[in-house]
Amino acid sequence: MSDRVHALEESACRIRRHALDMGEAQGQGYIGQALGLADVLAVVYGDRLRFQPWDPDWPERDRFLLSIGHYAIALYAALAEAGIVDVAELETYGADESRLPMSGMASYTPGMEISGGSLGHGLGVATGMALGLRQRGNPARVYDLLSDGELDEGSTWEAALACAHHELDNVTAIVDVNALQADGPTSGVLRIEPLTAKWESFGWRAIRVDGNDIPGLLAAFDELAAHRGSPSVLICDTRVGRGVPLLENREKAHFMRVESHEWQIARDQLEETYA
Amino acid sequence: MTTSTKKRLTTSAMIASFADEGQRTTSAPFGHALAGLAEQRPEIVGLSADLAKYTDMHVFREAYPDRFYQMGMAEQAMLGTAAGMAEVGLLPFASTYSVFATRRAYDFLCLDIAEPGLNVNVVGGLPGLTTGYGPSHQATEDLAILRGMPGLTIVDPCDSVDIEQAVPELADTSGPTYLRLLRGSVPTVLDEYDYRFRLGEAAELRGGRDVLMISTGLMTMRALQAAQELASDNVDVAVLHVPTIKPLDREAILREVAGDRLVMTLENHAVVGGLAESVASCLAFAGAGKRIVPIGLPDEFLAAGALPTLHDRYGLSASAIAARTREELA
Repeated sequence: MSDRVHALEESACRIRRHALDMGEAQGQGYIGQALGLADVLAVVYGDRLRFQPWDPDWPERDRFLLSIGHYAIALYAALAEAGIVDVAELETYGADESRLPMSGMASYTPGMEISGGSLGHGLGVATGMALGLRQRGNPARVYDLLSDGELDEGSTWEAALACAHHELDNVTAIVDVNALQADGPTSGVLRIEPLTAKWESFGWRAIRVDGNDIPGLLAAFDELAAHRGSPSVLICDTRVGRGVPLLENREKAHFMRVESHEWQIARDQLEETYA
Repeated sequence: MTTSTKKRLTTSAMIASFADEGQRTTSAPFGHALAGLAEQRPEIVGLSADLAKYTDMHVFREAYPDRFYQMGMAEQAMLGTAAGMAEVGLLPFASTYSVFATRRAYDFLCLDIAEPGLNVNVVGGLPGLTTGYGPSHQATEDLAILRGMPGLTIVDPCDSVDIEQAVPELADTSGPTYLRLLRGSVPTVLDEYDYRFRLGEAAELRGGRDVLMISTGLMTMRALQAAQELASDNVDVAVLHVPTIKPLDREAILREVAGDRLVMTLENHAVVGGLAESVASCLAFAGAGKRIVPIGLPDEFLAAGALPTLHDRYGLSASAIAARTREELA
């Protein structure tokens, strides 16, 4: 394993650990998704994004938009790992007066670019940021994290058309495909496959990877970084609960319930996974 | 038949303008005002959802092709995009028809633009009853939809003067705004009065002992016409123009309604949720109980047809206003 990969694996482990700690503070939450997405976030924050942890508003920063606001727990874990939020602050997650509300809100949290949550908004805002940055000669890139369920929203596809039409090669969409949404498996709620072909037909450069394979993610991001002339999308198949067998094997639920005695078991299992 | 020699009014002939025959007009005041302002403000950009030509945005597009963004017939993406542009320091004006900006793209105006308090200026064409194309195009409830949106400034201009003077003020407002656009050949009326558009301020255009007409948008023009007509009957009508619907100039309204004049509200909007109810709540909340006579569109989906016919039918024409006033005074 290369040093680059090894460092990111360790980072992903810490992100998972932070997410479990926050989940315990609330007793519930989108913990399954956070565990599933940790490798993607480790690579994005550890290897891709240009930012200054001490200055979240640095104008030259790459923007990372959490369109799926309910994944805030995952992003807070990544922001702590990135040094934008103190690790100690994570224990306030979801509490009154906390800067870390259950659903992502830009005005609350440093490093939270938009208030997601009403799905289908992120890519439109990303379109505007990318057009604006290009017009102003700012080389920053815009990343937008979507979920597969979010692709039900028609506004996402309006924005997908706009990004392609305006040839926004400073946009990278990341789609978390965990095949699960609020009412059940995505395949049963509203069929959205074949995803790669859909994005390609909308004029995007699309790559599909195992979202829990850090070397694969690195190779895909490297390839997309060199791409010019059209927007890019990285479609990441992730496994809900990844890294914690107890939760990986639990009946799949959009909003996972974890009993109070299970949090320590989960942390122990995470340590074993990375042992 | 006598009608055979009379020119038949049609819907399409009337879509471009509600100006009276022979009335002074100004062409595309919004587009020219925006292009003029953009000369000094390089951060201004324009967007449209396949309606640049129909919202006077084409004037800006021609003047600044590199600062105009065509978003296609995708209003949700347009407002999200405008938000993203404002997030990185641009100053967007985004135009479409009012029906699409409000009914279709509400969530995007609300959460992408208003919640973060961004300086995005949404420009809605065909507000109220300014087209005969029926409910699909008639934004008869746009004010009702938008008044509840925190932080949104809402402007309903009377004429070309209002529009020209409002555009720079909208750009200077730090938060989001919504302009009820009058487009094409827009009547020029207010230059005959000692008037200047000031955001958030109502203006008394004429005084009068018997009746107080509180009006907004193009209905101010009609109120002034009705006031003239009523003057010949020795009915003395005051007109208070309220171009900013939100924030409402409560102070001016409360000051003017004091006394025993007949108080009427006039708006190019449904009687639900627009000026009439804004004034009514303003009075009630201040404990200033007073009957007001609301002139506005009925709480129903309106008919298609030629605008003059429809304005007459729904009571927005100057003669209909004058007749209603006489009834109330009788």
